Amino acid sequence: MSTIVETHDDHGHHGPAKGLTRWLFTTNHKDIGTLYLWFSFLMLFIGGAMAMVIRAELFEPGLQIIEPEFFNQMTTNHGLIMVFGVIMPAFVGLANWMIPMQIGAPDMALPRLNNLSFWLLPMAFGILISTLFMEAGGPNFGWTFYAPLSTTYAPETVTFFIFSVHIMGASSILGSINIITTILNMRAPGMTLMKMPLFVWSWLITAYLLIAVMPVLAGAVTMMLMDIHFGTSFFNAAGGGDPVLFQHIFWFFGHPEVYIMILPAFGIASHIIETFSRKPLFGYTSMVYALTSIAILSFVVWAHHMFTVGMPLAGELFFMYSTMLIAIPTGVKVFNWIATMFKGSISFETPMLFAIAFVALFTIGGFSGLMLAIVPADFQYHDTYFVVAHFHYVLVPGSLFGIIAGVYYWIPKWTGIMYDEILGKLHFWLSFISVNLTFFPMHFVGLAGMPRRYPDYALQFADFNAIISVGAFIFGLTQLLFLFIVIKSIRAGKKANSEVWEGAGELGLEWTLDSPPSYHTFTVQPQVK
Amino acid sequence: MGKTVRNLILSTIGMFAFGFLLVPIYDVFCEITGLNGKVTGPSYVSEESEGIFDKREVLVQFITHNNESMPWTFKSQVTQVRVNTGEQQEAFFIFENTTDKDMIGQVIPSVSPGRGAQYFHKTECFCFESQLLKSGQRVELPVRFIIDPAMPKDIGSLSLGYTLFDITKSTEKPSLAGL
Amino acid sequence: MELFKFFFHRLLVVFLGLIPFSLFADWDLNMTRGVTETSLEIFNLHMLIFWICVWIGVVVFGIMFWSLFKYRKSSGAVAAKFDDNFWLEIGWTVAATLILVVMAIPSTQVLVKAYDDSEGEINIMVTGYQWKWQYKYLEDNVAFFSNLATDDEAIHNRIPKGELYLREVDEPLVIPINTKIRFLITGNDVIHSFWVPDFAVKQDAVPGFINTAWTNVPKPGIYRGNCTELCGINHAFMPVVVRAVEKEEYTAWVAEKIALAEVEKLLTEKEWTKEELIERGEKVYTKNCVACHQVNGKGIPPVFPALDGSNIVMSDTSRQIEILMEGVGPSYAMQAFGKQLGEVDIASVITYTKNAWSNKEKGDGKEVTPKDIVEYKKRIKL
Repeated sequence: MSTIVETHDDHGHHGPAKGLTRWLFTTNHKDIGTLYLWFSFLMLFIGGAMAMVIRAELFEPGLQIIEPEFFNQMTTNHGLIMVFGVIMPAFVGLANWMIPMQIGAPDMALPRLNNLSFWLLPMAFGILISTLFMEAGGPNFGWTFYAPLSTTYAPETVTFFIFSVHIMGASSILGSINIITTILNMRAPGMTLMKMPLFVWSWLITAYLLIAVMPVLAGAVTMMLMDIHFGTSFFNAAGGGDPVLFQHIFWFFGHPEVYIMILPAFGIASHIIETFSRKPLFGYTSMVYALTSIAILSFVVWAHHMFTVGMPLAGELFFMYSTMLIAIPTGVKVFNWIATMFKGSISFETPMLFAIAFVALFTIGGFSGLMLAIVPADFQYHDTYFVVAHFHYVLVPGSLFGIIAGVYYWIPKWTGIMYDEILGKLHFWLSFISVNLTFFPMHFVGLAGMPRRYPDYALQFADFNAIISVGAFIFGLTQLLFLFIVIKSIRAGKKANSEVWEGAGELGLEWTLDSPPSYHTFTVQPQVK
Repeated sequence: MGKTVRNLILSTIGMFAFGFLLVPIYDVFCEITGLNGKVTGPSYVSEESEGIFDKREVLVQFITHNNESMPWTFKSQVTQVRVNTGEQQEAFFIFENTTDKDMIGQVIPSVSPGRGAQYFHKTECFCFESQLLKSGQRVELPVRFIIDPAMPKDIGSLSLGYTLFDITKSTEKPSLAGL
Repeated sequence: MELFKFFFHRLLVVFLGLIPFSLFADWDLNMTRGVTETSLEIFNLHMLIFWICVWIGVVVFGIMFWSLFKYRKSSGAVAAKFDDNFWLEIGWTVAATLILVVMAIPSTQVLVKAYDDSEGEINIMVTGYQWKWQYKYLEDNVAFFSNLATDDEAIHNRIPKGELYLREVDEPLVIPINTKIRFLITGNDVIHSFWVPDFAVKQDAVPGFINTAWTNVPKPGIYRGNCTELCGINHAFMPVVVRAVEKEEYTAWVAEKIALAEVEKLLTEKEWTKEELIERGEKVYTKNCVACHQVNGKGIPPVFPALDGSNIVMSDTSRQIEILMEGVGPSYAMQAFGKQLGEVDIASVITYTKNAWSNKEKGDGKEVTPKDIVEYKKRIKL
């Protein structure tokens, strides 16, 4: 059980290696967490730049800046990078940093595998992004890459895309094996499952989801590869296959994937709201059950992405009901967060501001999701900007705000320096206003009839598109402020003590460690009561 | 701990296999539900359903489409026909290879509405096999079918769609048409 | 700092409050009511679900923002200690479930009604092509393509955009009112999707498979829709336009279409002058070729070759005819226009390209007549 615990003490005898090779060869969970987080931050700016190109083109009707084939590459890669290169790696980075400290473990269960899991990512994205510079252009078939647009009609670079997806998938799967093994086997004595911090719970469940669905994505892209190069007909009607089969397999992965992208944020929100309300989290047990039910239900809703594909009535009804059902455990979580705030003693530091905005704006995303679940109404929403509004609400003020909140919350622990509170609040307000300015009007243009993945549009959509683009530019620029804040809180500022936040010492093992913590912590496991 | 890792690796491999299993599962599911108008191979009306359900008239429409502008002439002799359920029917389709190369075509059927597909029994169809037509060759090929009298009454018409694909490049051993 | 919180609370209430008012406004903020029974039912269902969500939001956000305000540490709030309440949890779980059941009932009713498989009076096969729609009237044997009619010059900001920018086509789908229309929808190459918001009809156009949809339009008018499944570069440039007319007008239109087809056949026989061919060819080029080969004939190499200065266009007429008639593989390259355009159009567009841009001086300047194309088609028949 403790085969990988260091057998010598860690009091300053050897810290991290010196020089650049430290980062190449590290097996330390703190270093690897840092690598994942910086990688994700870099990808945020790259994927964000693509969004800026998209919004610049969509600022006015007409084709001003780019042609449709490049636009399709931008939308495709923006989606792929944000999903696989920003949100997922950021949560893995937070997991790496926090899970061992929160469960009183010295490191992850498989430290060398941990290093590999990280370094696979720059490889994968290097391949993906390089396709944009190849003659045939990068992938241009949407991040959902439906066949046959992505098979028979794809540019030659599609093979690189497939390879890149395989590598990303391998990274996620290996990371998840590590996380589950760590959580199940290395908790400090006395920490039963129902005493685990909620962030750890959220990651335990997320990791199981990843193990279940990333291999299915691998299967889907392998079938694509076989159709393209080896003469099979999985998705080609001529050979007895079916393009719609692709959609079923993809969304069987795709729906749990979106819960993979939100569950850790739920965990982070629970921690932050508890801390800044100075009151224990309301309903810990039902929060765990809610996470579990959301995860299980996520496997039986996939076809709600396919309501116009020609499904029989019984199928449409089943998926409508199952999708509506997911609203219940999700609602329960929102109620529990509010019940935590109720009769608390609340202060509004930056992490709390982001967490509150997360709850409110994720809920708005949830409402549009509920509307989308209603099949006949979805006939009018499907593939319009109403869908784009929905998923950006749950992913940007949802997942991304959750990540940012987690960073503000934990960075004083990581660096030992308090971030600048005034700049943090400025970052928050600019982000909050611009995120709504960008994504709220998308509901309207979608309802009014503007389809998605359109580089140009009819004149009645012009005004809202201009507002959306302005909001997007502000939001993008504001994240540069975040970069400044992060760098500043690594270099100089007020020192943080181990507790960092008032009363946090009671809330988790991480707040008993020094800020910053030693390179190797909990080499001797603590006893948990 | 080793056991955890082993189980997780096995689960990963299992889920990868499951992804591929989804392919036959999908086919079986489509046959049962008629999803996407997928029709299976030759079949026949079971003895039991004859006599229990009244015969009624159903409008059957024939629709042809050449995928990706496949150059053959491909059309049905009649665009639609009113038939009685439970009776053997026949319809002819004209195929002509108007190019200067020998080509192989494959017709893929699709029945609409999807839930009618399971009641549409084809006893003979050119869509069961690929068809080789030499340059300039013209043939007329039949579809023989029976509509199951058990088909729900709210389905008043069936559209039988045939899409013709050019599979010359991807086929090695087709059957020969018109022989 | 705490004033911020106060502001925040109010801003959000105002935000939420504005929505109901703005949504009563014109359709450019909300879904259309449409013109059919189905579209109205769907609109009403949408508004019902929306209002339920608004009221849930008001209650939930109300409690939340009130808590954030009332229990501020800065105003002296002391935290309570409770962290659980079994019956409260059961209560709100049951309440949420009941609300969902209330939503599910009308939703099911509207959906069941929309799934109508009875016979259509008129059956129209709708085929999505890259990047246009083809409409085939099965009873009347009328078939035509419907291309975007907006000038490429307007798209590239060289001339002003008209009111119907990106919403106009050369040949709309014409249907009679008060008639049950059944659409049989398929795709020719990749997956497209046929959407007319005013009818609340949206079905994917999947190659190899037929999907159905139906409508019954009570009001004459012009109804505009879009392709709603990413299908390649001109996904945004293949609108749907439906003209619903009185039954007599529809019958007259069908007759006119059949007559026009006869005229077109005769035109193949006619003796065309070079100028006539070039004039017609330019129109055909603008409609069918500009998207890829561009107005100036320079294309977008390497994917879409230049025609201006092309060896094939300048001096290899038989190869050019072959390309136009049979297309260029693999699949994402040029379509076989021989299946989409008549002999006159093919002949004239080839003649145009051979005599346009710099090809006029540098090329062999030949002309290709409709009869040449008929010859090509006959050439290999036994």
